[in-house]
Amino acid sequence: MDTTELIRIGVYGTSILLILIGLYAVLTKRSLIKIIIGLSIIDGGIHLLLIGIGYIKDGTAPIFSPGSENAVARMVDPVPQALVLTAIVIGFGVTAVALSLVIRLYRHHNTLKIDEIKNLKW
Amino acid sequence: MKKAIVIFLLAVFGFFLAVTFLDPDFEAERNHNGVKNFYLDKTVSQLKTANTVTAIVVNFRGFDTLGEVTVLFLAATALGSILFKKRHHIGDRTVLMPASSIVSAGSKLIFPAIILLGAYVFIHGHLTPGGGFQGGTIIATGFLLMLIAYRDFSISHNVLSVIESFAGIGFVTFGLLGFMNGGTFLQNFMGTGVLNDLISGGVIPVIYILVGFKVAAELTGLIYTILHEKG
Amino acid sequence: MNYLLFIIGFLLLVLIGTAVYAVRQRDLLYAVIATGVISLALTALFLVLQAPDVALTEAAIGVALTTIIFIITIRNTVRYEDEKDKK
Repeated sequence: MDTTELIRIGVYGTSILLILIGLYAVLTKRSLIKIIIGLSIIDGGIHLLLIGIGYIKDGTAPIFSPGSENAVARMVDPVPQALVLTAIVIGFGVTAVALSLVIRLYRHHNTLKIDEIKNLKW
Repeated sequence: MKKAIVIFLLAVFGFFLAVTFLDPDFEAERNHNGVKNFYLDKTVSQLKTANTVTAIVVNFRGFDTLGEVTVLFLAATALGSILFKKRHHIGDRTVLMPASSIVSAGSKLIFPAIILLGAYVFIHGHLTPGGGFQGGTIIATGFLLMLIAYRDFSISHNVLSVIESFAGIGFVTFGLLGFMNGGTFLQNFMGTGVLNDLISGGVIPVIYILVGFKVAAELTGLIYTILHEKG
Repeated sequence: MNYLLFIIGFLLLVLIGTAVYAVRQRDLLYAVIATGVISLALTALFLVLQAPDVALTEAAIGVALTTIIFIITIRNTVRYEDEKDKK
């Protein structure tokens, strides 16, 4: 088993584990802030998974410099990087909106536990 | 009991994820049929842009970026309306402790350097790693530092929304100018120049600088809104 | 080449350990700092996996901005997952 294979299995396995840990937090925790922490852990796992898909053996960053115009074969895949770049910014916006909803819910119900928030309207 | 069920379901889900991604053929097939070489070749031969990620974000998938910036704008608007306040209820940032004199003097020193770094990152977005999104967030971090260090440091929401609107209108205008020159939306109609020059890549640096202004204004407004909450 | 394997293995272990800590910790402030550490490890890992653009974004957003809005939310609501955890 060579180095590239080990890196591949390690990165994929870790990102799958991160997604599962985040899902566990979302499904079993009762505190709303803990649930949002779980969502951001899932985010991180998915970003790592996509970047891991783009990695190739002995790859270099997809940036050309003078004299390296022919190094296309050694460059890692730029498409997942562009996707993850925008996904991180969107993830921040989603987290901010979710946290502002948490602040509003706390002000109305005076608790953050989801099993104590029973009525569906504020 | 509930935890046991959840762990069982997660184990099943994780098993299928692992079977999909740890398969050795998964990567070989994707490398064979992917669009990677097309994008890399087009970037260096036609667009003359050094950073391929920038070329994909702004040019090949520029329409997606327009939608993405819109989503960010909607997030900032939603946050403002969820945490709505009358104008005279906006008080001090009492949610944080007052900063010590070392912190406030140090942040005054470091603030121009952070802004300069952000501007460098988004002006050189087509040459080096970075671009509008990265530079915009770095500038927002600089404003966050000043907002934490000084309680009376304030930003005008009107100025922020003017910057944001003009950057958005500029993005759409440069997209429509592609139509005028006989192409499609976001067509690269300017001369592309020489690879690795500061002025190269045609319309790519212009659009990414506009995106940088828009992202910086949106994130700064978002942080400014949420910092004025008090518990 | 073995250095690369060593660095990546260390960062992956940090990621898993910090994620488990962030989920199990009952003091939310510690859990939020742990998510900041997850973002830091992800930044280093993106740099090693040849994605410098993504690493810059994650450094500015994951480490600075996300952590600060979580901390402001905790300051506005409660610090502990359960009221009885309060020391």
